[in-house]
Amino acid sequence: MFRKAQHIREKYLEQNMWPSIFCQACGIGTVLSCALRAIDKARLDIDKTVFVSGIGCSSRLPGYIDADGLHTTHGRAITFATGIKLANPELDVIVFTGDGDLAGIGGNHFIHAARRNVDMTVICVNNYNYGMTGAQLSPTTPVGGIATTSPYGNIESPFDLTALAIGAGAPYVAKWTTVYPHETMLAMKKGIEKRSFAFIEVLTPCPIGYGRRNKLKHGKDYLLWFKKNTIGKSRYEKLTEEEKRSCEKIVIGELRNVEEPEFTAEWSKLVDEHFVE
Amino acid sequence: MKRQKASPEAESKYKPAKPFTCEDFNRVRRILGERVVFIQGDAAVSYGALLAGCRFFAGYPITPATETGEILSRLLPKVGGICIQMEDEIASVGAIIGASRAGAKSMTATSGPGFSLMQENIGYAAMTETPCVIVDVQRSGPSTGQPTEGAQGDIMQAKWGSHGDYELIALSPTTVQECLDLTIEAFNLAETYSVPVILLTDGIIGHMREKVVLPEFKDVEIIWRKEPTRPKEEFQPFFDDGTKIPEMAIFGTGYHTYITGLTHAESGYPATDSQPDHHRLVRRLCDKIRTNRERIIRVERDFPNAHTDRTTGIISYGVTSRSVYNAVKTLRREGMKIDHLRIITNWPFPEKEVAELSRRADRIVVPELNLGQVYHCVREAVAGRCDIVPLWKTGGEMHTPSEIVQAVKGTG
Repeated sequence: MFRKAQHIREKYLEQNMWPSIFCQACGIGTVLSCALRAIDKARLDIDKTVFVSGIGCSSRLPGYIDADGLHTTHGRAITFATGIKLANPELDVIVFTGDGDLAGIGGNHFIHAARRNVDMTVICVNNYNYGMTGAQLSPTTPVGGIATTSPYGNIESPFDLTALAIGAGAPYVAKWTTVYPHETMLAMKKGIEKRSFAFIEVLTPCPIGYGRRNKLKHGKDYLLWFKKNTIGKSRYEKLTEEEKRSCEKIVIGELRNVEEPEFTAEWSKLVDEHFVE
Repeated sequence: MKRQKASPEAESKYKPAKPFTCEDFNRVRRILGERVVFIQGDAAVSYGALLAGCRFFAGYPITPATETGEILSRLLPKVGGICIQMEDEIASVGAIIGASRAGAKSMTATSGPGFSLMQENIGYAAMTETPCVIVDVQRSGPSTGQPTEGAQGDIMQAKWGSHGDYELIALSPTTVQECLDLTIEAFNLAETYSVPVILLTDGIIGHMREKVVLPEFKDVEIIWRKEPTRPKEEFQPFFDDGTKIPEMAIFGTGYHTYITGLTHAESGYPATDSQPDHHRLVRRLCDKIRTNRERIIRVERDFPNAHTDRTTGIISYGVTSRSVYNAVKTLRREGMKIDHLRIITNWPFPEKEVAELSRRADRIVVPELNLGQVYHCVREAVAGRCDIVPLWKTGGEMHTPSEIVQAVKGTG
């Protein structure tokens, strides 16, 4: 196990970027670790893999990886990723984003990318708040959640990001939390290997930003909270209709995995039909 | 063994990032047909892009720029490229920057409202030194304004639209032929200086049909970016080798470059709390354009009175120059000494050329389809040496030649 971790560190991490900017007990490191293990397991050629991100804590991740990285503007990572993939379909494109970046300022790009189905893997670190700017309300902050811009408790209904992705037509959708790193890694691997738009949401602790305002002051509190308040998809499906209605837990697991025509594959056909020699 | 995800179309002709060759140029020429064509400005821009090697277009429909996307959606598949309609103009610029980084020459086209939306990502392209071309078919603003009417209201926005200090290049064509020629030039400048280039056409030229002669391969120069010459271990994506223009490693070529809109060191990694790094970076971004002014700037001098003093100057650019040409003829026939400076490169602004004219002119008339934009640049360059007479017009109609004649005579 130790040798494996060392192997991942040496093979994929940018050595000049440490220590990281992340707070104590932040879950982003776990997400990075899962992603790198997934890439390793999927045996991707790191020279042909591009990491793209927007703005926010999670969007700093490409900087810690020794590979091509594009740290773009707030909310727009998916649009840049679309350009990269369509310009060179041989590249694998992985997007790191957060709940604010993806579903707040970037919500429109997110649903259109899911609909358009360009092959890329979007990994969303959902920590329920804008962490980098100091714990403001985000589109996923739960009702009642205390953020620095909702000091009396949030009254807005939050987005369920995976439901949004499924509704918009994303062929691969999974939701996990950092308390289940192995399953998170396997979902990422599947998303990377699948030739489609793949969306993996990872519920992630943010004790310094969101947590300490919401009785989740320590990393451990979060992990217990995630364990207590999530339910695996297969277990959820075994519940009776009545139990499902009263179930307030977050359903996690592989939520969608279907085959849909992928954009670059379809465009290749179109070009080969119309190309002029 | 390393393995990339199976890509069943490895043999496909769909290759936007493939190097552009004479064969590719000639394929475009064959597809476009006759050597002499009668087309509108938006079509000329599309043809110019294909002839310059553009194989990636991302855009969003907007009058009067939509035809460019329509034409390229028909033609790009024929040459192995890609045309995608994005969800908005912000996404369009994001996509062309990503495509450029992955090795494709890329372009978008829009008009005022879309151009406003694009500004943040144009600043990102300037900061990350990513070559790309943005066509702004100017229409009458502010806001939604007059969608079908031409204007010259985005000249200042083209330069100052994004926040912070940066330089880019902007060109103004006067004829449909020039729409084609300057689109090729825009790509060459973008690739040479690693900078976004704005082509400022307008709703009048965009929709006007004129005769256009398509160039042969031998007539044009097609420039490609400076790719890395150093070994991978030593390569730094923002290293200044003395030219102020860094080499550009294309994604997927193994150079592992990290590109960010944050203030970055030569290594590409953030240096956000370093005053010297920020100052050095931003100075270089500006100086790579400023110190190459002479090579970049193009103007048309019609200066028959270069050796006399006391002439009357007219400074024009873009579509307005068409009325000025006519007015100049009339005025000279009437015996007036007129020198006409047509600005082709709006940014960087040709202040030396304007100053040169102001040294022997009593007054300089500046007609434009706005309420004073280039006027301010002219005033700065003239520095009080002569009078400046602005001739402003908005509402979607061009100046008539007689309006310009009257303004020059001071009877308007």
